[in-house]
Amino acid sequence: MKLFEARHLSTAALGDLSFFLSESELVCLSGPSGAGKTLMLRSLADLDVSQGSVYLQGVQREQMPPTEWRRQVGYLPAESRWWSETVGEHFPRVQADIFSQLGFKDEVLGWQAERLSSGERQRLALARLLSNQPRILLLDEPTANLDPVNTQRVERLVTDFLRRNRAACLWVTHAADQIQRIASRALYLDSHGLAEEAPA
Amino acid sequence: MIQLSVFDLSLAALLVVALALTSARSYPGLAKQLLVAALRTAIQLTLIGLVLKALFANSHLLWVGLLSVLMLVVAGREVMARQQRRFAGRWGYGIGVVSMFVSSFTVALFALIVVVGNEPWYQPQYAIPLLGMLLGNTMNGIALALDRLTQSAWEQRDVIEARLMLGYSASEAVSGIQQQVFRSGLIPIINAMAAAGIVSLPGMMTGQILAGAEPVEAVKYQILIMFLVSAGAGFGTLAAVHLAVRRLFDERQRLRLDRLQR
Repeated sequence: MKLFEARHLSTAALGDLSFFLSESELVCLSGPSGAGKTLMLRSLADLDVSQGSVYLQGVQREQMPPTEWRRQVGYLPAESRWWSETVGEHFPRVQADIFSQLGFKDEVLGWQAERLSSGERQRLALARLLSNQPRILLLDEPTANLDPVNTQRVERLVTDFLRRNRAACLWVTHAADQIQRIASRALYLDSHGLAEEAPA
Repeated sequence: MIQLSVFDLSLAALLVVALALTSARSYPGLAKQLLVAALRTAIQLTLIGLVLKALFANSHLLWVGLLSVLMLVVAGREVMARQQRRFAGRWGYGIGVVSMFVSSFTVALFALIVVVGNEPWYQPQYAIPLLGMLLGNTMNGIALALDRLTQSAWEQRDVIEARLMLGYSASEAVSGIQQQVFRSGLIPIINAMAAAGIVSLPGMMTGQILAGAEPVEAVKYQILIMFLVSAGAGFGTLAAVHLAVRRLFDERQRLRLDRLQR
């Protein structure tokens, strides 16, 4: 069943894009930089004006309040932002096991957000996004700043999350080995548009 | 009241000229600006003096209304000119003018009809100076607040969008900025009220006393003006910030910085 579907999605900078995600599916998205991968994710999260239709479980996005849409269609940008003093203030709800799965102890909630390393920021931003329990994850290079151990932790956390919540994920990455490890399917975006990539 | 002659004013003008000459060498651009501004003051105030004189002799609602609209139009341009990143198109001008109109004109009408209760209520000797003070202060509040709002939204766009991504509503996403911005619009008038009489003698009261009014009567007018001005500036800033925040987001609660002028 199609959990998430985009039909003829386009913006001023993006061509006509159509694709879908099924339940529990992890689809990797790659392509040359500047092809519009980030713009595509932003449009899917309804952060930029776009034409075409996007459906979550058959419901068109215009029929859902934008706040609800963005909670369900969770977008993780490549650079995370932190605005309050401590990490914990950024979490409306906390699930205890998320932090241990990412290699943190519970006291992480009291840490100063400003002092986080880029790798910590990236993992905690993912935890923050998952605490909304989204059905769709749009992850923009979520392991770009991580060492192999933490990359593995993130990959495992996301695949667990997808299975447990019957969610689906579109994961932007350039690493061929990562695509091979985690992807159910792979998509490729370049100036000609979106194409299904044959598994390597 | 002692009448001032042109000679008296020229003596005061000499001080400004002296300042310009002294600073000309170290701060060349500023001296010219100072002299131009001083000249503008002399010309503009002389003209408005003549206009008021004619208006007082001929107090008709139409003329009072016409001058009020003219003041509003000029104040709107001033609000727009003081913003680094204003809204593009009609909104850049419209938000300021609509908010000033709603607040200043309402408060002025309330003061003229209910508080002062003159006959007729639009007697220009009261109506024009009152409206002028209201517009001037409201203009300052709105200009400050709008400038800070658009500037902060621009600088903190990543944080605003980060909150939207997590399912915050548009108003939750900017609530911190909105509070700071409203504060910055109201701080001048709050400070003015807090310091009035101790640090500074407000201009209007000083003028009345110089003109020979009884000090306690002058003080009563000054208090009235302070209250009216804070209400006018406050409600005006409230309206302007509200309209501007609505314009910053669209119906899908997307941050629309493309609506600001580059």
